[in-house]
Amino acid sequence: MTRPRFGLVLLLFLRSSRVQRKRAILTIAAIAWGSVSLLLLLAFGEGMKRRMTVASAGMGENLAIFWPGETSLTWRGLPAGRPIRPRIDDIALLEERGTLLRDVIGEVTNDRIGYTYGRKTVNARLTGTHVPYGEIRNHIAQAGGRFLNSQDESGKRRVIFLGDELASDLFGKEAPVGRSILVNGLPYTVIGVMIKKLQMGMYGGPDGGHGVVPISTYKTQFGDDRLQNIVIKPRDPAQMALAILEVKQILSGKYGFDPKDERVFGVWDTVKSSGMMRNILLGIQIFLGIIGGLTLMIGGVGVANIMYAVVKERTREIGVKMALGARPSWITGPLVLEGLAYTLVGGLLGMIISVTLITLLGMIPTEGNKALEFLGKPTLSLPIGAATAALLGLIGVLAGYFPARRAASVDPAETLRYE
Amino acid sequence: MSDAAVKANGSDASVIEMRAITKIYDTGKVKVEALKGIDLSVGGGEFVAIVGPSGSGKSTLMNLIGCLDTPSGGRYHLKGEAVSGLGKNALADIRNRRIGFVFQNFNLLPQITAFENVEMPLLFGGVAKTRRQHRVEEVMGRVGLGDRMHHKPTELSGGQMQRVAIARALAMDPDILLADEPTGNLDSSSGGDIMGLFQDLWKQGRTLLVITHDAALARRAARVVEVRDGNIVRDEPSGA
Repeated sequence: MTRPRFGLVLLLFLRSSRVQRKRAILTIAAIAWGSVSLLLLLAFGEGMKRRMTVASAGMGENLAIFWPGETSLTWRGLPAGRPIRPRIDDIALLEERGTLLRDVIGEVTNDRIGYTYGRKTVNARLTGTHVPYGEIRNHIAQAGGRFLNSQDESGKRRVIFLGDELASDLFGKEAPVGRSILVNGLPYTVIGVMIKKLQMGMYGGPDGGHGVVPISTYKTQFGDDRLQNIVIKPRDPAQMALAILEVKQILSGKYGFDPKDERVFGVWDTVKSSGMMRNILLGIQIFLGIIGGLTLMIGGVGVANIMYAVVKERTREIGVKMALGARPSWITGPLVLEGLAYTLVGGLLGMIISVTLITLLGMIPTEGNKALEFLGKPTLSLPIGAATAALLGLIGVLAGYFPARRAASVDPAETLRYE
Repeated sequence: MSDAAVKANGSDASVIEMRAITKIYDTGKVKVEALKGIDLSVGGGEFVAIVGPSGSGKSTLMNLIGCLDTPSGGRYHLKGEAVSGLGKNALADIRNRRIGFVFQNFNLLPQITAFENVEMPLLFGGVAKTRRQHRVEEVMGRVGLGDRMHHKPTELSGGQMQRVAIARALAMDPDILLADEPTGNLDSSSGGDIMGLFQDLWKQGRTLLVITHDAALARRAARVVEVRDGNIVRDEPSGA
């Protein structure tokens, strides 16, 4: 007789008197509203997280970007304060000696280059770089075009790959690939246009707005041999710090500086920064979840309130059942079920509303609106659904449990007395 | 559980055995001594009326006998079993199996049918469905309401409601039927019916305890116990 009798509890729940309809509807609506706000907030957070993750990968993933600076420490008799300027051929040196590096590329750039097509001229940035740039910096060619290849580089070909915005500035609706443009007066053939991408991290400017040529061609035209940036991608992102040190060690022998000197190169480690980014996004999601959860909890307070009213209304009924031999758990069980039922019905309603709203919001086009592009589309995921369901269950049980505990403390002798 | 199991009249094994029972209500500021040392023995098959003015302590006594409340002091044995010191679940089981309550205001649950009301203690007692059905029909027939089983209490007259309540009290075949002013809310004709029903039950061997102001009902009992100021002041066979 001590085993819990779930069947009895369920039967008693089904036979207990019904709450006033208006009150029940209001309570269910409060829970539904709470669920909707929780789900919508979490869905916005998730959509933003996904979009941000894509955007932060837009520049390329697991990269370190080096900016040359000057020494701040003396090194083997050399004074501090010497500028260190690596040259194009140092990339070959790094490729040869670097054991941790998957890719190394150099960049030379100029921000004020005139691009001319027909009678139209625009000023934009030009980057001369190595072939792996296309892959690691995420410059993917639109259909019909390609990125630079090794023949372009070894042959110092005058070919150019255009960012999508630069291409549309120059060509409008015309197809650029195969056409000839002038870059500071010299003719180049357009070999590809970059696929439009969402890019959050950047240096120099967005990738959509520049043109890319082989570094050898760049040197030939502009005579510039000093690298503005070195970009590396390590074989193993977990060994980024070691890879950065390796680059410094290889170059320190050639240029004479302390590899531990932090001022020789400014370094942007995107492994570290994207980890921070993930944490920030997680933080935002938790924050949104807490706000939504609090709204839902107010709904839970509503359920607890109605259940307290139920207990008060049914005090005599509870007393009668006790007199007839109901154990305390047979009194509390059906009440907890009732609280849970309100919560789950409200929650289910809220979920249906949320899914509908999110589907409708997903139909709004985000193209062309910068803010919406970065906000992303609200997205529901399984963990969000599971978390909401778990929270609803918890709130339902708590909202039923405390009023039920009061019911169990009803004194039958007191309630059954004739008034 | 069947009527054949009902005890024979005048059995000397005592059902209720109370010794030096006290009950003190402590409201913090005032202590009210509701019962000041009650000794009471009720044998199987007795029909006892407990009478007394309001505030005399007779309701408190009924709550203690019915295990709805626990005494502050003294010993209480119900059919040989010590009741003092039992836990909530054990007390609930005792109320379920050993005691049948009948209240002045019937205390039927209004939202369910008469059948379901009578079935309630059987549910708590863990009686299987077919036996429940059978037992409800049996006791409803006994109180003469076999044709009213699927009515809700609101569709019944006061006398009928009290008969449903008596059927409910009989459902688990308890050792004692405990009635608190069972005729207090009824007109004299329905009240007379209920008194007749009680007397029939007594003649079939039931142990009955009735708390009442109703002199007519008290006269029908075999024994009258008068409570005054928390003490039993009279305990004698009724004049009838």
